[in-house]
Amino acid sequence: MARAAVLGRLTWRVATVADASRESPTARSLRLDVPDWPGHRAGQHVDVRLTAPDGYSTQRSYSIASAPANGRLELTVQRVDDGEVSPYLVDVAESGDQCELRGPVGGYFTWDPTDREPVLLAAGGSGIVPLMSMVRARAAAGSRAPFRLIYSTRTPETLIYGDELRQRHRDDHGLDVTVAYTRERPPESPRPPGRLDAALLAESGWPVEFGPTCYVCGPTAFVETVANHLVDAGHAPERIKTERFGPTGG
Amino acid sequence: MTDTWVDGNDLAGTLGEIFTMDVTMAQGACVSCGTVAMLGEARVYNRAPGLVARCLNCEDVVLRVVRGPGRAWLDLTGLRYLQLPMPD
Repeated sequence: MARAAVLGRLTWRVATVADASRESPTARSLRLDVPDWPGHRAGQHVDVRLTAPDGYSTQRSYSIASAPANGRLELTVQRVDDGEVSPYLVDVAESGDQCELRGPVGGYFTWDPTDREPVLLAAGGSGIVPLMSMVRARAAAGSRAPFRLIYSTRTPETLIYGDELRQRHRDDHGLDVTVAYTRERPPESPRPPGRLDAALLAESGWPVEFGPTCYVCGPTAFVETVANHLVDAGHAPERIKTERFGPTGG
Repeated sequence: MTDTWVDGNDLAGTLGEIFTMDVTMAQGACVSCGTVAMLGEARVYNRAPGLVARCLNCEDVVLRVVRGPGRAWLDLTGLRYLQLPMPD
């Protein structure tokens, strides 16, 4: 297993932006070259540190979006308007720019391609990022573990990875994708806008007796609500893994 | 107030500079209420000079860590013990 990757003390490494692409008006994916990057497990995150010329430095955690690979990783960052790190990563950083990076970290909210049980992924907003790493890792490893992704986002404009999700829904056998728009939906969406509720989880998720592992990621209120719905439906609490943003990245 | 904390996963980077293993996967027992949970499940308040982890049951402090130039402070008085996964 990739456990060796988490043994040994962490140190800061220098990452160089290879390229970046816009995912939505407020989110961008950055591909980073990191010499000696040991790879990661799907669902892990990294800490990014920026240091100003006057020595002031600040750091934030970001989920890794890419499937595990050596030497390069991709982050998708959502801008927090009064944040100290995300506005730079979303709007300013360009190819060749450098930042410091520590990781990969977090062994709790991870999926391993050797896992075979059904998986429910529930994403609120940019909570899709670590779950996308799992979807990509599943395809890269040729895993046949059945995946169902339910992704709650405000409008078609805030949808991240829209084209890739449509393509994977069509081509990745055993992956179901349901997008729940909360405020405004595109014409082709069959469901009126609304929050991810118990009925949608029952309809697009897994029956309890299938014994799925559930990964829930998003703002704290979203995670609380979805995790409570899952427990109420009878899912074992220890099979529900959560990752909360709190007041969101920064 | 419910939106001011994040999961214990957030401790992983800072504690990873101190320990050679991922301590967020360790089980910790809360001094106050005895609840045993993974540190990765604790409630972490990170909008401060350091990180404060609180018990997911009673919300008492289980761990505090502050990183400064050239040193770190680690307060574990809120934990009775840590049970760490170890290779044999």
